[in-house]
Amino acid sequence: MPKEIKNNSLQKSFNRRTFLKGAALGLASLAIPIGSSDASVWEAFFQKHFKEMNDDELQAVIKRMEKEYAQEYGVNFNIKNTKPLPGTLFGYGLDISRCIGCRRCVYACVKENNQSMQPPIHWITVLRFKKGEPWISNLEESEVYYAPPAVPEEGYFYMPVQCQQCENPPCVKVCPTQATWKERDGIVVIDYNWCIGCRYCMAACPYGARHFNWGKPNRAKEEFNTDAHYLGNRPRYKGVVEKCTFCIQRTRENPGRYPACVEICPVGARKFGNLLDPGSEIRYCIENKRVFRLKEDLNTSPKFYYFFAD
Amino acid sequence: MKSIYSIFFFAIMMALLLFTDAIAADDIPQFFVPPPPFSEGIFPCSECHKDLEVNTNRRELSFHEDIQLKHHAEEQRWCLDCHNPTDRDKLRLASGKLIPFTESYYLCGQCHGTHFRDWKAGVHGKRTGMWNGKKEYRLCVHCHNPHQPRFKPLEPLPPPLRPEDTKYKKLTEENIPLNPINSISEKVYSISEKKLEDKNAKRNKK
Repeated sequence: MPKEIKNNSLQKSFNRRTFLKGAALGLASLAIPIGSSDASVWEAFFQKHFKEMNDDELQAVIKRMEKEYAQEYGVNFNIKNTKPLPGTLFGYGLDISRCIGCRRCVYACVKENNQSMQPPIHWITVLRFKKGEPWISNLEESEVYYAPPAVPEEGYFYMPVQCQQCENPPCVKVCPTQATWKERDGIVVIDYNWCIGCRYCMAACPYGARHFNWGKPNRAKEEFNTDAHYLGNRPRYKGVVEKCTFCIQRTRENPGRYPACVEICPVGARKFGNLLDPGSEIRYCIENKRVFRLKEDLNTSPKFYYFFAD
Repeated sequence: MKSIYSIFFFAIMMALLLFTDAIAADDIPQFFVPPPPFSEGIFPCSECHKDLEVNTNRRELSFHEDIQLKHHAEEQRWCLDCHNPTDRDKLRLASGKLIPFTESYYLCGQCHGTHFRDWKAGVHGKRTGMWNGKKEYRLCVHCHNPHQPRFKPLEPLPPPLRPEDTKYKKLTEENIPLNPINSISEKVYSISEKKLEDKNAKRNKK
């Protein structure tokens, strides 16, 4: 038998080792998407980590993305890459004594941040609690699906929960690809091109603030917000995790707009500002109101402060 | 020598006075979005009231039938405690000072001092605009009807989908649900105001 192998048509010796080498190379080449290979797929495949790219490389990547999104959705996005403002650390205040649970914030966020409409993804969840019963010690018992004809309902109060932008974020620690990290202005961001969809971060987050694209995100063409940020509201892919970024595309400007949820709130329960500015609204709340942070005992140090105005 | 001292003292006092005055003015936020939310065609009040005699009696109002006073201690108050009898286009503070409707926060602030303080700091009430730039404030009366100040209930937007009701498939453009927030106009603060708006729209059509 060995003689027959040696006498193959190429007249070359062909032992087990060379065969395995060749097979490995061949299989490896299959993993690279040659079949569908236009240049952009290759570029996406070999894209560097966000923090390792210089400005030119990032601009090239953004240009490629804008082209991809235009092909996919028929919408021309303007994807920004605004850096953190010096001397800012974003903080958020939410007045539980004012919130009426109308869910305007939930859908204003969806409008602003290009979430999937079907299957729907909401970055804000409004919890309803019965007055006088255990609440922050018993979050699982809260009602999320309440739908009365009018709010606020007698005997209930409401607490919206979204990403708490922790100073010590557990989601960042567990990410195996470093696709999520905390920026200098305190916003925890995700590079959707580096996310592999393992959902470790969702398991690590004690606030349920991260959401997974189980299906391909669906959204009507005319409802896209084309003012986008690379780390924020640009359309996400199937199989990646997403979360609130304090509307990074709005707030990281000088002057920058308030986040969409702050602007829509009809009772003015939502406050936003710079924690390093002693004159900011959020500092006034912390210094003058009764304030607490959610699950403070977990040492996550959220920058999201719940307070009671009266 | 003594007179020089007294002049010096006087100058310092004047400077202090001016300075504190400037602070007091800075205290009030500078930016307002909408003008006061008058009912359609109701302002200026003097248009009708210039020919009417001042009547301080408590009575059924025959023209302003939409105004119901439900603002705690109604029994102790009546129109002219806040509205000025002689110049109807102004409001009157307890001190007798007249203020325009665009500065009505002074009137509310007479009693609701803690809320006035929080509002000035940007904490009570809704803010829009820039977090590090020009902030858009609203008057008290944009959210609270001054005659019935309790915030009116709102219809909540739909709850999230239960996991068992969620479908994962690529949809055609027509099948994608639209965002329910689009049905709410930016101006609407409460259901009653929307009703008022609809009423006004109807009236204008006629």
